[in-house]
Amino acid sequence: MIRSLEDTERIVITGVGLTAPNGDTLPEYRAALLAGRSGVEPYHIRYVGDTLAGVCHYDELKYQSRKDLRRGTRAGSIAIYCAREAVADSGVPWERIDREKVGVYVGVTEHGNVETENEIYEITQFNYDTKVWSHHHNPRTVANNPAGEVTLNMGITGPHYTIGAACAAGNAGLIQGAQMLLLGECDFAIAGGVSESIRTFGIFAGFASQGALATHEDPAKASRPFDRSRNGIVVSEGGCLYTLERYSDARRRGAKIYGELVGYSMTSDATDFVLPNPAQQSRCMEQALRRAGLNAEDIDVISTHATATPSGDVQECQAIRKVFGSSTRTRINNTKSFIGHAMGAAGSLELAGNLPAFTDRVCHPTINVDELDPDCDLPGLVLNQPQEAGEVNYILNNSFGMLGINSAVIIKRV
Amino acid sequence: MTRDQIRDEVLDILRDIAPDEDLSQLKDDQSFREQLELDSMDFLDIVMELRKRHRIQIPEDDYMNLRSMDSTVAYLEPLMKDIEKV
Repeated sequence: MIRSLEDTERIVITGVGLTAPNGDTLPEYRAALLAGRSGVEPYHIRYVGDTLAGVCHYDELKYQSRKDLRRGTRAGSIAIYCAREAVADSGVPWERIDREKVGVYVGVTEHGNVETENEIYEITQFNYDTKVWSHHHNPRTVANNPAGEVTLNMGITGPHYTIGAACAAGNAGLIQGAQMLLLGECDFAIAGGVSESIRTFGIFAGFASQGALATHEDPAKASRPFDRSRNGIVVSEGGCLYTLERYSDARRRGAKIYGELVGYSMTSDATDFVLPNPAQQSRCMEQALRRAGLNAEDIDVISTHATATPSGDVQECQAIRKVFGSSTRTRINNTKSFIGHAMGAAGSLELAGNLPAFTDRVCHPTINVDELDPDCDLPGLVLNQPQEAGEVNYILNNSFGMLGINSAVIIKRV
Repeated sequence: MTRDQIRDEVLDILRDIAPDEDLSQLKDDQSFREQLELDSMDFLDIVMELRKRHRIQIPEDDYMNLRSMDSTVAYLEPLMKDIEKV
């Protein structure tokens, strides 16, 4: 199948705004990925105590006042930072943009746990008197909060909402933005994913109870997908929002184009709350390829979802083997090995880490693989050191999540 | 607490609620809203902080007393006279 879409039906990425545990701009982040620099650090959170996490260190006051920060949420703040950085990066003349035609679509794994835990902690200090429960709780915890804070901050009056999609949310946000552009619901989309999850003790405690929370004496070595001694997830915060435009609009204004979203797919396992289903994961990748009019061997880089859980990594490898078994030229990497699992931001952040490969022609590696798990031994894995990749034309980005939600996006060099 | 101590306490709460504002020039006889960027949620924060810090319950009908520093201190004086400054 040959794709022959009109330019108005082609969706391109024209700006990237991000904060990751190892970088607060795309160039910083990319440099860290090529240098093997982890962003995982020791972390302390109430009740759980000492653990590890990927913590972001962006300048919170760059786009918000102290009062904004006090009133809003961490997820909102991350989203604002990413949205403003993306718009600035896009070079769009923001003052002349019709804000009624801007849409904000932010993927989240969850929202509200942080704020609810904080309020419950507060009332424990007052003998459970609910009269000290904050009036800010509801606006902080409505599910649209992170996207809504972006509109408040930037004066955007087009549509905004979050997309709850577990750890597939970063891809889901991107897909939603593209779809809304195609539907004409907006002319300029700010889309991707964010996460504040490290601010809730519950996510650490939950993964620990599940036997899926990473531990390691060296924080930088804790997130180790595909390694035989991997022992779970490093929870991280972060965000990555893209500006998306129709190719016709982007070309007209001479925009820099990071890539075109040529294929995407979302599927459900319908099998388990937690355990992934490789058959549905592979179907998801196959559907994205089919929609893009591509064969597996056309993909130059696969950005894997693997989170460093013992079974999840193996299952994704099974799914990739089924789809890409015949491809000898596809390189495979994993960005969580550097930044941990940024939850709602994971999909969009991991894609962003790979986008510069279109121009620098390098595939960043999966780090921390001291002894490759034989069950994860895919032919194209890039281990520990970056690899020269030659011409990179297509990147496929996987993101999966609990309740059996699968997503894959394919980005083409333009 | 004395009147001055109550004023200091309200000022301390305002510092938390409006951290970007310069409170050194605050005129006690003028309304907070004329001088500071405060909205209804901020006024609820003042009520909440007094409740948390001093267990003072302010009925909704009395919120109008929190209009300015002078009116706030006058309103709080009888409610806080037996509270020790910590």
